[in-house]
Amino acid sequence: MSAKTVVIEARDVSLRVGEKKILERINLEIRRNEIFGIMGPAGSGKTSFLKLVNHTFRAAGMALEGALYVLGEDVLGEDVNPTPLRRKVSMVFATPVVLPMSIFENLVYGLKIQGIRDKHTLREAAERGLKAAILWEEVRDRLHKPAQKLSGGQQQRLCIARAMALSPEILLLDEPTSGLDPISTFRIEEALKELKRHHAIVLVSNNTKQIARVSDRCAFFLMGELIETGKTAQVFTVPKEKKTDDYIAGRFG
Amino acid sequence: MSAADIKRKEKLIQRIFLVVAFSSLFSLFLIALFIFVEGLPMIWKVGLKDFLLSTRWSPTKGHFGIFAMIVSSFWVTIGALLFGGPLGLMCSIFLVEFSSARMRAVIKPALELLAGIPSVVYGFLGVVYLVPLVRDYLGGPGLSLLTSCIILGIMILPTVISISVDSLVAVPDSYREAAFSLGATRWQTTHMVTLHAAKSGIITALVLGMGRAVGETMAVIMIAGNALKIPLSPLDPIRTLTSNIALEMGYASGLHRQALFATGIVLFFFVMALNMIATLFARRKVLK
Repeated sequence: MSAKTVVIEARDVSLRVGEKKILERINLEIRRNEIFGIMGPAGSGKTSFLKLVNHTFRAAGMALEGALYVLGEDVLGEDVNPTPLRRKVSMVFATPVVLPMSIFENLVYGLKIQGIRDKHTLREAAERGLKAAILWEEVRDRLHKPAQKLSGGQQQRLCIARAMALSPEILLLDEPTSGLDPISTFRIEEALKELKRHHAIVLVSNNTKQIARVSDRCAFFLMGELIETGKTAQVFTVPKEKKTDDYIAGRFG
Repeated sequence: MSAADIKRKEKLIQRIFLVVAFSSLFSLFLIALFIFVEGLPMIWKVGLKDFLLSTRWSPTKGHFGIFAMIVSSFWVTIGALLFGGPLGLMCSIFLVEFSSARMRAVIKPALELLAGIPSVVYGFLGVVYLVPLVRDYLGGPGLSLLTSCIILGIMILPTVISISVDSLVAVPDSYREAAFSLGATRWQTTHMVTLHAAKSGIITALVLGMGRAVGETMAVIMIAGNALKIPLSPLDPIRTLTSNIALEMGYASGLHRQALFATGIVLFFFVMALNMIATLFARRKVLK
């Protein structure tokens, strides 16, 4: 695939749950080798959008419209098999969720469930993931200790490492640093900049400064609508919409 | 009312509740005291070894060995766990991980109803349907260890299910989401993550189920055959500790009566040990 391949393409994506509109006619493109930032206040539909991408959005009475192409396949259809999709599209959550097992077991969990048992392959994947998340040096001597003994920042990087061990095409991050101190946040941001060399990264954050720091292009969501999207430098310096300007400047609500 | 009055009233109410709360503890203490006072002198007289490790139980001739009943109670408890454990666990997994909300609304109350059926009804059903079935297809008298295990296995289901459902529900959804997002299917998530995280709760459920099985009396009397010997096959009739007390208390007197109380002491230790194991596991947090 060439550097500018579109990996996620939303065409008029609307999501309703019962009477409530969650997303309204979203159109955007996310490309390989970029960090795409999505910002917006709570309840703006950012997380719902991410969950549609890896097919984890479930709610009673949900109705979808439009088309959402992920790696060329429309994932809004009824007959999508989510499991192979999620192996190519990994997600990291706001609160680090380490599974109740050792660091190593966490890292290779995704591979083991694919049936990979070869010790060498597993070890290699674990190391690759840890290095990608810049965690290798810190945990290399204690891979078999319980993962829940790690600090919050380390746990979150372990989650990124675990996602990377699967060599996904796309990495979705839902406010990955919201519960972390500035130093851990910095480490994760550094890791992300490294990761975009080989992957597409979608970073959802309500921290506008973080979006400005790390994303290449970004989008601003408000009440389920996409207000503006473009190059981050442009969105943050000369936004086309007044609402974007207000949000970035903190003049909202 | 002045502030001091309100405060005094508050204090009084607090005291009343304290007394009520302690009364249950107090009755437990009284029960324990009573069976020990009644039973210990007999153990003292016959000797602990002849009481616990002898299989000869003939009260009229002065033999009070309950070893056969201890073995029977042990096997019937294990057997009930073998039937009720996997069934209950699978049922809870289905309820929490795989069923729709509508199905859960039907199944859960039904299971709670199962707990409300009197044990004599279980025993009756066992005698009328299960005993002939076992006798005709597997041999033996039908009134047997196996029959008791099956009926007890069903009887412990509500205990096992309600506690393991609680512990599965308590596993944070974030674990499931994390496993899904790594490409796990629902079943892979369940057996590799959810069960692992709910392990201590599930063990508690199983142990408390065992506690219920060892204490069950009425149903067991009706279907176990009550023969006084160590069962050598699942088709042999058995007499458990509880059945022994219930069967003989009507006409026992003197040392015989004391021996039944002493049987109660043994049961008391059985149940206490199981409850302690359960508490131990319940206290252990999600992590090893």
